[in-house]
Amino acid sequence: MFHTDGISLVLEVFASTLMYHLPPLILQIHGLRMNWDKLYTQLNGVRNNSTSLGKIWLSVLFIFRIAILILAAEKVWGDEQSDFTCNTQQPGCKNVCYDHFFPVSHIRLWCLQLIFVSTPALLVTMHVIFKQPKDGKSKQSSETSDHEKQKKQRLPIKGSLWWTYTWSLIFRLIFEGVFIYVLFLIYDGIQMPRLVKCEQWPCPNTVDCFISRPTEKTVFTIFMVASSAICMMLNVAELFYLIHKKLTESSKNSKELQDNKKKRGAGEDGATAGEPSSN
Amino acid sequence: MSWPALYAQLVGANRHSTSLGKIWLSVLFLFRVMVLMVAAETVWGDEQSDFVCNTLQPGCENVCYDQFFPMSHIRLWCLQLVFVAAPTLLVSMYVAYRNQGDRKKLLQSSGRTGFLSSKNQEEELEALKRRRLPITGPLWWTYLFSVAAKLLFEVGFMYALYVVYDGFRMPRLVQCDQWPCPNLVDCFISRPTEKTIFTVFMATTSSICMVLNGAELAYLVTKAIAR
Repeated sequence: MFHTDGISLVLEVFASTLMYHLPPLILQIHGLRMNWDKLYTQLNGVRNNSTSLGKIWLSVLFIFRIAILILAAEKVWGDEQSDFTCNTQQPGCKNVCYDHFFPVSHIRLWCLQLIFVSTPALLVTMHVIFKQPKDGKSKQSSETSDHEKQKKQRLPIKGSLWWTYTWSLIFRLIFEGVFIYVLFLIYDGIQMPRLVKCEQWPCPNTVDCFISRPTEKTVFTIFMVASSAICMMLNVAELFYLIHKKLTESSKNSKELQDNKKKRGAGEDGATAGEPSSN
Repeated sequence: MSWPALYAQLVGANRHSTSLGKIWLSVLFLFRVMVLMVAAETVWGDEQSDFVCNTLQPGCENVCYDQFFPMSHIRLWCLQLVFVAAPTLLVSMYVAYRNQGDRKKLLQSSGRTGFLSSKNQEEELEALKRRRLPITGPLWWTYLFSVAAKLLFEVGFMYALYVVYDGFRMPRLVQCDQWPCPNLVDCFISRPTEKTIFTVFMATTSSICMVLNGAELAYLVTKAIAR
């Protein structure tokens, strides 16, 4: 089932994605503000080459995860360190305790999760762009914007594109699972407690530290984990749909081959039957 | 992804709405999203930093704030607006699905009849994109379902706000006896009158949107019966 040209195409796509897409994404992670609009326009191109489940996944991703993250969740976590209060006057204790209980903030984890989960979809777009025939008469087409080009390119999900799409789905699932597991690992579940007890140096003995807005944070954590689970279910459903499509296609192809063989066999018999009569 | 991007998406879907639906969208964006963005967010901006309790006990303010504001008004309204806007996108998804099917049929039929000039085909495809589907058949059901979902979300969120905050009024003083506060402590909320005014305003516009949704439902049902 693996073709050498398929493997080389996949490697080519992956290499170009690394070269052209990851550096700006990495820069954006390090940057002070996430430029979600750029990601949004890129993923809109993905929409053309997705199945219907893929389009639903994209909508859920954007409306219920990215939009809620930017519009609401970032403000809830905005004052997480400034309003983290410890019952002590020891300098440095608050800093150390905050760092101990929040190694990575929820918001940053979700930002990274959304970026990693969106990236495999870009692989599909790159594959489609690479597969377009390169004409010499592309002067006119170069005037049209990338967005219009993406609109016009709509390949059926067969052959090597099927493999790219399936692998992108598998990667999405892996990333989602890993990030949810990491969240549960770091924060021991979904609930944000009101009080944490801290004994890190330089805090004297055990110190009570109070977290800001724990209930609101719990509500948003539950919401983001639930939407993440919905996205994972959509991805699994899409994977099953693609596999089913591939199996039905291959059974159709094998049936056609058998029918063709029968026709050819019948034709040859007719020809050999005709010869004795000529004699 | 921001409110303007959401607006752009919804305006696209607006083409296939009834007139009541178009009014609903305008009310939503002018009186709710704009007001939320421009005014309400600044009013609630200092809600925790200016929540002051009559105690020096560290942690008492955090705990009392969490006790009386499990979910901030602003976040509730944000979620409400996102959830209420989402069903409209269902309609635009259905329209896109219909257009795709019709586009395939068009291309197949032109292939069968032979070589149509590419310009003619492009014009027909453009016309397909720009046309306005009549609200009948499965589109009617999708639209009805989206309006019902909007109404349900509006009612749900309004009820949640009413239950969490015991009404739409913001008091000046709340009394808190959560641990670690010693005994009973007076806590003072920042800008209670301004918050009450905005809460009443948002509740009113929400009710107007609910009335519009109800009217749209009634209109759709009577139209279907008349047919």
